Amino acid sequence: MVLLIDLSGLSDALELLSLSPPGWGSNLLRGLVHSLQIAFGAFGMGLVIGLFGAYGKLYGGPITRDLLAIYTTVIRAVPELVLILILYYVGTDLINKASQAMGYGRVEISGVIAGIWVLGIVQGAYATEVLRGAIKAVPPGQIEAARAFGMPTLTLMRRVTIPAMMGFATPGLANLWLIATKDTALLAIVGFNELTLETRQAASSTRAYFTFFLAAGALYLIVTLGSGVVFGRIEKWARRGQPSLRGGGR
Amino acid sequence: MKLAKILGAAILASVTSVGIAAAQEVKVGIAAEPYPPFASLDSSGEWSGWEVDIIKAVCEAAEMDCVITPVAWDGIIPSLTGQQIDAIMASMSITEERMKTIDFSDPYYNTPAVIVADKSMEIEPTAESLSGKILGVQAATTHQAYAQKHFADSAAEIRVYQTQDEANQDLVSGRIDATQADSIAMSDFVNSDGGACCEIKGNVANDEAILGKGVGVGLRKGDDELREKFNAGIAKILEDGTHAEITSRYFDTSIYAD
Amino acid sequence: MSGLRAMMRPHRLFLMALFAGFVIWCALSLRWDWVPKYAPLALEGLWVTILLLISTSVLGFLLAVPLGLAQAVGPWYLSAPARAFCTIIRGTPLLLQIWLLYYGLGSLFPQFPWIRSSELWPYLRQAWPYAVLALTLSYAGYEGEVMRGAFSGVNKGQLEAGRAFGMPRFTIFRRIWLPQAIRNVLPTLGGETILQLKATPLVATITVMEIYAVSSRVRAETFIVYEPLLLLALAYLLIAGLITLLFRRWENRGSANPELPRTRREKNLPLEG
Repeated sequence: MVLLIDLSGLSDALELLSLSPPGWGSNLLRGLVHSLQIAFGAFGMGLVIGLFGAYGKLYGGPITRDLLAIYTTVIRAVPELVLILILYYVGTDLINKASQAMGYGRVEISGVIAGIWVLGIVQGAYATEVLRGAIKAVPPGQIEAARAFGMPTLTLMRRVTIPAMMGFATPGLANLWLIATKDTALLAIVGFNELTLETRQAASSTRAYFTFFLAAGALYLIVTLGSGVVFGRIEKWARRGQPSLRGGGR
Repeated sequence: MKLAKILGAAILASVTSVGIAAAQEVKVGIAAEPYPPFASLDSSGEWSGWEVDIIKAVCEAAEMDCVITPVAWDGIIPSLTGQQIDAIMASMSITEERMKTIDFSDPYYNTPAVIVADKSMEIEPTAESLSGKILGVQAATTHQAYAQKHFADSAAEIRVYQTQDEANQDLVSGRIDATQADSIAMSDFVNSDGGACCEIKGNVANDEAILGKGVGVGLRKGDDELREKFNAGIAKILEDGTHAEITSRYFDTSIYAD
Repeated sequence: MSGLRAMMRPHRLFLMALFAGFVIWCALSLRWDWVPKYAPLALEGLWVTILLLISTSVLGFLLAVPLGLAQAVGPWYLSAPARAFCTIIRGTPLLLQIWLLYYGLGSLFPQFPWIRSSELWPYLRQAWPYAVLALTLSYAGYEGEVMRGAFSGVNKGQLEAGRAFGMPRFTIFRRIWLPQAIRNVLPTLGGETILQLKATPLVATITVMEIYAVSSRVRAETFIVYEPLLLLALAYLLIAGLITLLFRRWENRGSANPELPRTRREKNLPLEG
């Protein structure tokens, strides 16, 4: 039945979605670009936090480890929506107060930066766990061998640990990237102009809720499926020279 | 690890690109959710409407460099106190409750609150008439506060929406029996294609403590310099006819009353 | 005992002192005068959240079993739609799904006047059926994917053994396949349920009055920003902790059973030898 309605209203829907005004297509695409920017930035920031977090959890002192455990537990137990609100209001408030205390006046924080910052901290907690698991999966003999050669810690990390763990980490990281793209939708609730908010604005301006939500869903799905292909390639590349994880015996 | 390096550099660049705001720039916050005919987004991504025109006129009259900044409505006061914006011009009524947290300029418009319902439904804007009915209101508005005080006991349910548009949508779909909102916004709605089902059933009895004394510019407490500027701007556009001219472009009657 | 001793290590004591200091600071310098007024509403909201969590997890799991089965062994006309469903659910944000279900469907009602006179109308008017439906479908989509792996992971020899005994297909499924698949997913179920908990506040955007919506209302009415959010985060932490404990218990009990025959057999071993 839904399909029938959509067919009869297809030309209307196409008009609403066309790229030039009065169509809202370009708004949706602009929202998609913002979403992807935020997702990409947050994913990157999550990776950096995750790398330090994973090393801290594995090799850090007792206090570092406890603090990291609190960080990952809290972030993974509290809904992203609540974290976004807390980090968004507290974060920008604190930055402004600090900047004013140092006599700089107010700091301008664009929506994209704030979104990256907020989602990056959330992503960092998950990335910490993914990377910790991946580092632990690296045969300890490889790391010990490098140490025995007298390799400095940073070189060891760069030349041995990270390349060796990439294969183990890629599936988890791919999952995190998908979470990042979907979590950008939550920023609609604090008023960022990303895809979901643009969709909501378009839908309520035209009352064509069904058309616009379906269109946005299709855009998200394209991103997800596209990323799946890309990450499949990355995983193949990262695991070159290693036995396949799946289907070894078949 | 080139990838990690590039990512790191990108993040560093984005963090350091956080600039220091120009001193004169005033960020005027509006609700990110469309609120026709006061502020709505067109398909080219531009905000327009009566209030947007008024913002531009006031800023020009007060010689301020204003930037319109959309913020989620239910977080607009925290955004002001958290310094993400400097002023709120989003049809925010001047109420005592809000005055505890923020300051207001002089009012720049004043309209009553109305009840809207389906044409076939016999509803009056009173508690008795709404008994057993589902009433929809927008979150964090004077209407929500009013409904919760005056109608909560008699109505079957008071449903709280994030935007008035969504409440209107549910009124059309029949999920709620009535909605309470601003008279101008509602007359725009019932005259649109989407709102043809419904009509304005009348004004609710005034309760100034809750509904407030008109709509003003919301400002941080103690930001007196900016308040004086906005007051001067509002006085000027009222005096030189700009306010009336903008109003006549959108409405038949004046929406400013002392 | 060892857990207690681990807690008493000096740096932990220091961290706990810091935490206690933070709690005292929160209690003294933040505003909590709104709590008594909103406490009944908050409890109601908490109840709605828990009810939503339990009902949608159970319903979602029931739906995930056929979804997983269809993908693992179903013919193409069953496995293809099941796979498509899981991909769509997992590939789009839940917030969008909720809005599509609630506002998208709602915008179609006026075109079909008969809906309003149908028996279902009193339910269609409410927000919670949409919330339950959206959360159930979401859980089913994610868990269906997990169940697919779980069904494929069951040792084929066991199924063949069942068949060799002349067990009917449904009995094999009920007695051998399903219990083993569930045991396979048990360790992931706790995590999935916490993810589901974290999804519940999204239904506040379609007017369901759960605990997050209550905190939003406090924020909107009192203009107090951080305190309700902090308390809300604490509430979610506690619920998540409870879920973890419950599932750990369940898992321990579940894994105790397969151990039993083995230990018994080991005990019997010398006698046989």
